[in-house]
Amino acid sequence: MERIPILKMGDFLLVTIQVDLYDQLAENLESDLVNAVKKHNSKGVLIDISSVSIIDSFMGRILGNIGIMSKIMGAQSVIVGMQPAVAMTLVELGLTLTGVATALNVERGMELLRSKILLSEGQSDDNDYDTE
Amino acid sequence: MKEKKDAILDLWLNKQKAEDSYFNADDQKEDSEDFAVSFLEALGDSSIEDQNSRGFDKVHDILMGIAVSRAKRGFTPRETGIYLFSFKEALLEVLAEEIEDPAILYADSLKISKIIDNMAILTFEGFIKGREDVIARQTDEITEISTPVIRVWDGVVALPIIGTLDSARTQVVMENLLQQIVETGSTIAILDISGVPAVDSLVAQHLIKTVSATRLLGAECIISGIRPEIAQIVVHLGIDLSNIITKSTLASALQTAFNMLKLEVNKKKGTFTNS
Repeated sequence: MERIPILKMGDFLLVTIQVDLYDQLAENLESDLVNAVKKHNSKGVLIDISSVSIIDSFMGRILGNIGIMSKIMGAQSVIVGMQPAVAMTLVELGLTLTGVATALNVERGMELLRSKILLSEGQSDDNDYDTE
Repeated sequence: MKEKKDAILDLWLNKQKAEDSYFNADDQKEDSEDFAVSFLEALGDSSIEDQNSRGFDKVHDILMGIAVSRAKRGFTPRETGIYLFSFKEALLEVLAEEIEDPAILYADSLKISKIIDNMAILTFEGFIKGREDVIARQTDEITEISTPVIRVWDGVVALPIIGTLDSARTQVVMENLLQQIVETGSTIAILDISGVPAVDSLVAQHLIKTVSATRLLGAECIISGIRPEIAQIVVHLGIDLSNIITKSTLASALQTAFNMLKLEVNKKKGTFTNS
């Protein structure tokens, strides 16, 4: 079965989605990712969707879910590189992914992840939603 | 009838001169001649009763062209109408000279009237079409020029919105803004609405959508230019803008942007020299 590779980079997990997502693939990614977070005890997850050009409500919800799931497992998540058209589609669908942090590109996303992790380690027992 | 072409044309042009205050002889003469020639040809070719016959297609085309071009040049519908009706008068005058028998003259005049009246309706359709083309083009131009995305600082883009925000425009605004954010790699976008005359719940909805889309890209969006009236309206309508950064002026929005980027604007030390 086709799977999206999840790369481990130190404390972070790196996922780059290079194909257009279909339902089964997205569901697999969701479960794979939470398992990987547990296995590697990761502190941050970075999802690069810069080559995803089509997205529907299901995919939008999966992305939101991944963010919230990793958050309750103690890992910060950032979605990077969303295309303008995708952002507009999600907004029209009413999915604003409020629980997930976003960044323009991988570099900025990494920066954001690091600062978020620093912040959450500073106040380890208090995981409030900080502004991105 | 054909032999009398020149007579009709002369008579018509004279009438046009009399009616029109800003008569442009060369231009109009060409148009009128085209029209008169093809009209008389059609009259000769086809049976006079059948005004929808093929023969008149060319005449209609020419007439349509004249009406559209006159509309674009800013003639009033009245002037275009008079233009066509003076042709009818010229035609009828020549007809009266030619035909002696009142009964035949009456019958022929009726037929001519019918044909010309039909053409008058066509002229107005053409006229309105011409005007609509002008309006459509202007609308396009306004949409084009009214959504400029300005790069105000490294990593900060601003978009001043002028005029009412409707769904179609929001779409254009959003597209341009998001595209620019991605192209310039900006982290902060300032949406200045000081040029928006009125804010209702629909406009607010559009603004919130734009802000959400910007956030999805990973940039922060500041709305500036909230005038006192707008603040009042927003609160009275019960619109929740609490999770959007809003500022009253573009300057304070820029200041906020600088703070977020950890930038500082300092006054230069030393004496000021006017170079």
